[in-house]
Amino acid sequence: MATLFGSGIKRREDPRLITGTATYTDDVKLPGLCYAAMLRSPYAHATITRLDVAAARKAPGVVAVYTGAEIKDRVGTVPCAWNPPNCDLKVPPHLLLAVDRVRYVGDGVAVVVAGTRAEARDAIDLIEVDYDPLPAGTDPERMTQSGAPLLHAEVPKNIAFTWVVNGGDADKAFAEAPVKVKQRIVQQRLAPTAMEPRAAVASYNKGSGQLTLWCTTQNPHIHRFLCSLILKLPEHRIRVIAPEVGGAFGSKIPCYPDEALVSLASMDLGRPVKWTEDRSENYKATIHGRDHIQYVEMCGTKDGKITGLRTTVYAGLGAFASTAGPGIPTILHGLVYSGAYVIPNIHGTIYGVYSNATPVDAYRGAGRPEAAYLVERLVDIFADEIGMDPIEVRRKNFIPKTAFPYTVATGLTYDSGDYEAALDKALSMIDVNIFRAEQEKARKQNRYLGLGLVSYIEICGLGPSQVAGAVGFGGGLYESAIVRVYPTGVVRVYIGASPHGQGEETTFAQVVADEFGLPVESVEIVHGDTETTPQGWGTYGSRTTAVSGSAVKLAAVRVKEKAKKVAAHLMEANEADVEWKDGSFVVKGTPGAGKSFAEVAVMANVAWNMPSGVEPGLEATAFFDPPNFVYPFGTHICTVEVNGDTGEVKILRYIAVDDCGPQINPVIVDGQIHGGVVQGIGEGLQEIMVYDEDGQLVTGTMMDYAVPKASQMPHIETAHTCTPSPVNPLGVKGCGEAGTIASAACLVNAVCDALSPLGIKHIDKPLTPARVWAAIQQAKGGLQ
Amino acid sequence: MKRPVTLTINGAPHAVEVEPRALLVQVLRDDLNLTGTHVGCDTSQCGACTVLIDGHAVKSCTVFALQAEGQAITTIEGIGSAEKLHPLQAAFWEKHGLQCGFCTPGMILCAADLLSRNPDPSEVEIRHAIEGNLCRCTGYQNIVAAIQSAAAAMGGTNAERTPASTTAKPAGVPAGAGV
Repeated sequence: MATLFGSGIKRREDPRLITGTATYTDDVKLPGLCYAAMLRSPYAHATITRLDVAAARKAPGVVAVYTGAEIKDRVGTVPCAWNPPNCDLKVPPHLLLAVDRVRYVGDGVAVVVAGTRAEARDAIDLIEVDYDPLPAGTDPERMTQSGAPLLHAEVPKNIAFTWVVNGGDADKAFAEAPVKVKQRIVQQRLAPTAMEPRAAVASYNKGSGQLTLWCTTQNPHIHRFLCSLILKLPEHRIRVIAPEVGGAFGSKIPCYPDEALVSLASMDLGRPVKWTEDRSENYKATIHGRDHIQYVEMCGTKDGKITGLRTTVYAGLGAFASTAGPGIPTILHGLVYSGAYVIPNIHGTIYGVYSNATPVDAYRGAGRPEAAYLVERLVDIFADEIGMDPIEVRRKNFIPKTAFPYTVATGLTYDSGDYEAALDKALSMIDVNIFRAEQEKARKQNRYLGLGLVSYIEICGLGPSQVAGAVGFGGGLYESAIVRVYPTGVVRVYIGASPHGQGEETTFAQVVADEFGLPVESVEIVHGDTETTPQGWGTYGSRTTAVSGSAVKLAAVRVKEKAKKVAAHLMEANEADVEWKDGSFVVKGTPGAGKSFAEVAVMANVAWNMPSGVEPGLEATAFFDPPNFVYPFGTHICTVEVNGDTGEVKILRYIAVDDCGPQINPVIVDGQIHGGVVQGIGEGLQEIMVYDEDGQLVTGTMMDYAVPKASQMPHIETAHTCTPSPVNPLGVKGCGEAGTIASAACLVNAVCDALSPLGIKHIDKPLTPARVWAAIQQAKGGLQ
Repeated sequence: MKRPVTLTINGAPHAVEVEPRALLVQVLRDDLNLTGTHVGCDTSQCGACTVLIDGHAVKSCTVFALQAEGQAITTIEGIGSAEKLHPLQAAFWEKHGLQCGFCTPGMILCAADLLSRNPDPSEVEIRHAIEGNLCRCTGYQNIVAAIQSAAAAMGGTNAERTPASTTAKPAGVPAGAGV
């Protein structure tokens, strides 16, 4: 029987999305709904000397106004939920609304609730605030130096933590190595820019004491828990619903002040309250990503063996420690410094630094792109130093496929991999020799062609809950699923994970339909509502298919085991003699019709004739806690032409070979790769969040922040290898972040290769024409 | 002070009272419950709010509702339905041209405008035509494929269906609006 697993069927979620009938948070309307608007600080750092909301309170339609001073004793602070061990993390209180002092452009100052959106906005303009500006800074390295403004009195030098990763003896390796290279790398601030801005609708019923919160979240159960802490409302009185969520890329993991503020207002007013951010608010008050200044070094032998890697990283956290903020540049970054290679000696010192900027948290890849980028840039710089083909350096240092499971110097144990196969596949898609010949010819005409290549790994499928606890993550990382079979043989599956565009309503239905021999239309996947779904930890870190999908598979297997007992009973056979064949339970060696899944489903549900000792009904719950992370990998190749006169980078070809294990739906996998690659190209070419010297956000709208457009992006050639993971029953890995982890480094490697005749070894991304042009001029001696 | 206006949306007249400053997208979403049209930015960059006005793709966040009186407005709810999908809707589904779906209605209406002007666009022409509509999920590749597929499915009948395709922006729409 043909399986749905592996079939690129059309998505089940699409009909509502293509007809405009889906419900996103801002689409939710309730009787008596009022609207909240936030007043946010226009200053990066200032003392509030006067805050007068009297006029706003009297404005038309206004039903409530809140200031920080009024609410601070009624609510908790915004929690930081990731406290990595052995790093002395300092978490100053993050108030829902600032009291006396603001610490970044976008820091909340007051909330107005009114009858309409316009009335709320109008009343915001009537609030009078006197700010006394203070010195501000946003550069994470400079913020640790003497004379830098201090954000929090309890955090000397603005250093929130110092975290060290150590394996082998890096200092000895560097002392002994004949070849050493180093580079300062800036990984710029990025805005995740989900197309749907954040929003929340809170509805509190004073009679029942129940709060329902519709919210743009990737993890409704985590939001329930954290809102319970902030609001001091028991968790079982809170229902969080993630309706349709219009993209997130990490930015909808954190708990923000805003959802708690609308909840508080609804609890006071007994009316539903909606808040939806606009885009400029999104760019100020929704988390940013990256923001590293890295000093990185690699050492090795003249014949291309890498022996050591050292880093010192200043990781900007923004003004406050966001929900997962401290875990990103530490656990998800430093531990993957070995990349795809055997690097026996690794040492990294990571400083988490507070600055007068928007908090930083998980953005697609979250820590891993920042690691893959520095490793893959260093490999190219190292190869250049010894005059060896960077492809050969990679091949020479790959963890061999026979070595898995393989424990790298940082302590992680990679599950499975065949890095050379992915490299070979990518190389089969382009003739590097022909390209090199063209490149040589072009150079003689003063044209700059370049080829970049990366062989990345990522750590995903997060993860064993025991490890989550050990690394200071404030929650579990298992997933759970309920598979419930209705009397008519159709199935609903309730998952704790919360997809928002990744297509699990389709892929998980494929898994379950296969298990039961049903058409995929007979299976519905339900997610995003804490009232109906079992405990889950959310959709991020390329974890949902590996962890939640495995829970679904296990629950389906349990259902089928019970169905088999019922089928055997109905056929008056021994259970041991019954097998599943071509979509039915049959008695081995006996011709004739067996019992279909649907026939068993009806009997199990009506329970007229059950085997002795078997409970009625046909459903099962499963929790899956993976024994290890999964480690997808791949090789990407990019070719570019750089215009020497303008600095413009033109992408000629982009090849992506990714290995995420067996693919449930290859069309969806390719879609994830496409989107990830383009996000990484955006990072490599054009995206940057810019603050000026006073900490003012310069790129606060889509006119200024360069989200990639269709006309700027290349056609992406995808291919795959398949190395199953041994750590989950589906053998799957993950593919949501792969493209982003690979592509920024791939693009920069290509541009640096193109410009190598000028002696250019590195240019910090984004490679805007201005930056590339300046680098070319400097290399030619024209710019000092 | 609210003012009365009658908007013709998806073929039906809707009489509403709106503030003069109300944007068309706000009235569509908040007053008329046509929530398939989305808001993704404040500056007319993202195109999530794209609708057709007299057949032309227009960003409904750059049009006051009062300006749209007397014109034929088509939203995603009107271009097709779950029972009878527009060829573009069918193609976006078939080619996996969407992930989170937030940009999709605007993208489909922008593409409808393109195909009405150019029934057989090249990849470059498609990428140029949709550059005022941002998508953060798909990398655009399958959106381009979907529009190509829809163009093929719609066969050359475009020119016949929308003879006004070469005219400039409709009257009442401010310069710079649209894609």
